Amino acid sequence: MSTETLHQTWYMTQRQLTAIMRQPIFLVVTLVQPVIWLFLFGALFHKVVELPGFGAGSYLDYLVPGVVVMSAVSSNMWAGMGTLEEIERGTLNRFLTTPVSRAALMNANVVQQGLSTAAQSVLIVLLGKLGGADYPGGVLGLLVLIVVSALLGTVFGASSNAVGMLVRQRESIIGINSFLLLPLTFLSSAFMAPGLMPSWMRHVAAFNPVNWALVSGRSAMAADPDWGDVLGRGGALLALAVVAVWLSTRTFRSYQQSV
Amino acid sequence: MTTAAPAVEAGGLTKTYAGGVKALDGMGVTVAAGTVFGLLGPNGAGKSTTVKILTTLARPDAGTARVAGHDALRHPDRVRRAIGVVAQKSGADPVATGRENLLLQGRLHGMRGTALTARADELLARFDLAAAAKRQVRTYSGGMQRRLDVALGLMHRPQVLFLDEPTTGLDPEARTAMWQEISRLAGDEGLTILLTTHYLEEADRLAERIAIVDRGRVVTEGSPDELKGELRGDAVHVELRDAPDEVDARLLATALGEFAAVREVAVDGRRIAARADDGPAAVPHVLAVLEQQGATVASVTVARPSLDDVYLRYAGRRFADAEEAAGAKSAGGAA
Repeated sequence: MSTETLHQTWYMTQRQLTAIMRQPIFLVVTLVQPVIWLFLFGALFHKVVELPGFGAGSYLDYLVPGVVVMSAVSSNMWAGMGTLEEIERGTLNRFLTTPVSRAALMNANVVQQGLSTAAQSVLIVLLGKLGGADYPGGVLGLLVLIVVSALLGTVFGASSNAVGMLVRQRESIIGINSFLLLPLTFLSSAFMAPGLMPSWMRHVAAFNPVNWALVSGRSAMAADPDWGDVLGRGGALLALAVVAVWLSTRTFRSYQQSV
Repeated sequence: MTTAAPAVEAGGLTKTYAGGVKALDGMGVTVAAGTVFGLLGPNGAGKSTTVKILTTLARPDAGTARVAGHDALRHPDRVRRAIGVVAQKSGADPVATGRENLLLQGRLHGMRGTALTARADELLARFDLAAAAKRQVRTYSGGMQRRLDVALGLMHRPQVLFLDEPTTGLDPEARTAMWQEISRLAGDEGLTILLTTHYLEEADRLAERIAIVDRGRVVTEGSPDELKGELRGDAVHVELRDAPDEVDARLLATALGEFAAVREVAVDGRRIAARADDGPAAVPHVLAVLEQQGATVASVTVARPSLDDVYLRYAGRRFADAEEAAGAKSAGGAA
């Protein structure tokens, strides 16, 4: 990748980050939503830790990675809306008639989404700490959690972009997202210990990328991390993210042919 | 500049969109360097598709396209460096300021440092946006946004500027201002401008040469005066007090047709249209014939031919009708 492409990636990322910072409502929603989940679910399921076999000391400890991962999914799955808006406004076409590298255009989406997800994750972790959560795995564990949530965010962000460019309809993105978010979250160990899930759910969860991020993050955050789990699931996520970005780059090309 | 290679040279372009909409059907256009060229036609005629191909956004099914000396199909990157594009849709980032939009555009073209900032400020001043430079674009009026769009297209000093429907959606005041700006641009540094429009008046006023586009191809081309001159003659329009019945209408047309100084007589309700080499001189004779036939005249007008007449002659339909047909055809689809 040429240095010019790197420069351009930075300019395009900067543009997107500035746009986010200038839309305070958007910022507030992405911050308030995890707070609601954190304290709503925290209060609602407060007592589940007392169930035999749950295996965690406080539910908040268990919940923080769940909310981090759920937020990564729910905020990134809307990325396609932004892409759609840029297509409709003519911004994407304006960039495409400049010499900007096509890779830079796509990279900027990935970098921006990764950074936003990481920032959101850090905030949730801090909020959890404020609420009294304990992170026995220390900074390294938290770092792994943030990285895997950013990877998961990339998977959903890139897929959403692909859908946006392909179908060019807001309704489709809204439909797909409302259909996917809750099943993906609840078919994982986000809120309930795997040992207490019905066995069919546990089997489905094994194929759910949301669960990969949770297993990897939670393992790393434990006092005694199972690095096999951390790297295995993390690696699978990385591979999936690469595939998703590759797919969205392909749809980008097909968009150019449909102009 | 007549010896220079054409700034735009395209031929045999065809493109059919998925769904079978034939957007281009043997489209071709040649624009001499340093001139303003107008593609005139109703919505859906294929102007925008032509611009998308010339600006490297779309690929034709067949045909050739060279822009600023480069093959747009084989070396789109070289073309992109040489062109500025003002598309129909704004494309400016609404949450960025006018100045930020310009700076990013310059950076994408490889401009840096003071060359970049000086050029942005120069354009802001020139397009009367200096006071609004630090405001987000979403607060701009339609006219301001359009001026910023043109500034974005000019940021890197392109050789060829594409203006796709530059005044569509502007109020009359902003449109006049934009026309003045485009006329001013035309004198600049040998800039070549390819303009598309569905306003006859706009093409007439801005373009040195015009190609009339209908159903995906050029039906005629020339300077506005040449095109009007080809019609050889003035339009004489007579309005009768009462609409004649069908038989009378035919009699009127025949009687006028026998009179050598007028031709192409058409009676349509109360209105009679005809052509005459010398319109004013034909009027007394036309009136005499009509009086003989017992028709009472309400008004007579004589007009030099308009581009609308040219369009009717070459495309075989009135401009407004073609617009309507195109609107019905392309509703909901890409035009």
